[in-house]
Amino acid sequence: MELDSLYQEVILDHYKHPLHKKLKSEYTAQVHHVNPSCGDEITLNVSMKDGVVESVSWDGVGCSISQASTSIAADLMIGKTLEKALATVDAFSQLMSSKGNETGDENVLEDGVALAGVSKFPARIKCALLGWMAFKDAALQSGFN
Amino acid sequence: MKSMFSPAEIRKDFPIFAKTMRGGNRLVYLDSGATSQKPRSVLDAERNFYELHNAAVHRGAHLLAEEASSEYEGARAVLASFLNAQVDEVVFTKSATESLNAIAYSFGNSSPGSKFALKAGDRIVVSELEHHANLIPWQQLAKRTGAELVWFPIDSEGRLDLSKIDELINSRTKVVAITHQSNVLGTIVPIEKLVEATHAVGAVFVLDACQSAPHFKIDVKKLGIDYLAFSGHKALGPTGVGILWGRLELLNEMEPFLTGGSMIETVTMTDATWASAPKRFEAGVPNMAQAVGLAAAIRYLEELGMENIAKHERELTSYALEKFKDLAGVKVIGPNSNVDRGSVISFTMDGIHPHDVGQVLDQYGIAVRTGHHCAWPLMKKLGLVGTTRASFYIYNDESDVDSLISAIGEAKKYFKV
Repeated sequence: MELDSLYQEVILDHYKHPLHKKLKSEYTAQVHHVNPSCGDEITLNVSMKDGVVESVSWDGVGCSISQASTSIAADLMIGKTLEKALATVDAFSQLMSSKGNETGDENVLEDGVALAGVSKFPARIKCALLGWMAFKDAALQSGFN
Repeated sequence: MKSMFSPAEIRKDFPIFAKTMRGGNRLVYLDSGATSQKPRSVLDAERNFYELHNAAVHRGAHLLAEEASSEYEGARAVLASFLNAQVDEVVFTKSATESLNAIAYSFGNSSPGSKFALKAGDRIVVSELEHHANLIPWQQLAKRTGAELVWFPIDSEGRLDLSKIDELINSRTKVVAITHQSNVLGTIVPIEKLVEATHAVGAVFVLDACQSAPHFKIDVKKLGIDYLAFSGHKALGPTGVGILWGRLELLNEMEPFLTGGSMIETVTMTDATWASAPKRFEAGVPNMAQAVGLAAAIRYLEELGMENIAKHERELTSYALEKFKDLAGVKVIGPNSNVDRGSVISFTMDGIHPHDVGQVLDQYGIAVRTGHHCAWPLMKKLGLVGTTRASFYIYNDESDVDSLISAIGEAKKYFKV
């Protein structure tokens, strides 16, 4: 079924058991992002130390795609340099705009490649990008501090 | 008059129902609360206008200009009769949103001391049921003028709580702007008391009829209201045309919202005076083909009969509400009884976000709306992030409800809840 390309098992797992979904009190930047068309909201904290992402934590409400995607992004970014983390966000953004023509590099995106099917559903791309854009915003704010 | 109300027959008049949807399914269109589908007669009316009569209305000394004006003014007469209004009271706008903004901006443009002018200490009254289109223009007017925005709360079933009507609508109140039917919950607001209280304090009553005018008979004289707005595209008409109705003596005293061509009486390099309604509120070349298309839509509705439409939708809603009662883990948000309730069913499902519900339904050819439905404050009040909404119209029948109920079961299986 066409739906299976959207809802991969790994997405449903992240949705039911999201990673890092508890805001840490210590952070270098905190952002709040919303998706005004569907009402999804997340708050995301980033801690940067010596140019490296030390922690990412978040909380929020939204659909399975937005929640799973944020869980995947948070877990992926921890331990990366700012530069590497931003390049990873770019790779994910590119995958999302691929209209189903790319499968994504598993070495770069890890569980993130499970979201490749989202790129075939234009209405859901924003759901998938919410957490990644929030991370990018927070990481850049931390980077400048 | 069609003798029997047959959605299956009606669907044949709507080309879109021939489309094959995802999964090879037929279209089960349950999103008429967002926009309705269009019958062939509406599409033909628009095309005929362009093919046979196209010219800028109210200008030009040629045959086409005459015909275009006649078609456009003919459309206005159809709308006036539909609302039981005078012809000059019907203003064509681009949308209901523009209609509501036109009223709010017009009041804001009034000279101090005018009956429409608002000042600090004055009051604008809305309700928690409002769509953003009947909330934000009034929020902004309040901010610009220093007036206070207050609102009627809702009770647990999503009906307006009128117990504090005398506190909310008081001598400081200038405007009361309320929806006729909630686009989210289907609640129909009985407005008689509200209109009475509004007029008792010398204020004006604005009715947002977007969710009512396409579905049951509206008689502006009987309702005793001062202004009304609705959108053409929710009533089988084209996009790009909305209706602003106002009592003629009010419209002719109001300041315009948009200024420019067509809406003037005289113009010098430094000043201008205004034409009478409706022209005063129709600056620029209007959406002529769309107005003509809307008139065709109204004719289609009137041929079916607004009473028959209302009865059909009421019966279908009762049928659906009964079916929903049997669904475990599914909660209908809004009035549970089918009294003062339109053909809109919002629901939530345990463990599945509305956006995901909508996605699964789409796989079965079922089109619903998901999210906050442009009524974010209402969602927050209800403690929800969103709902899935099925809204019914003339082309829906019990088979559509059955498809919906069955696909909800599939969604549960898919998400293992």
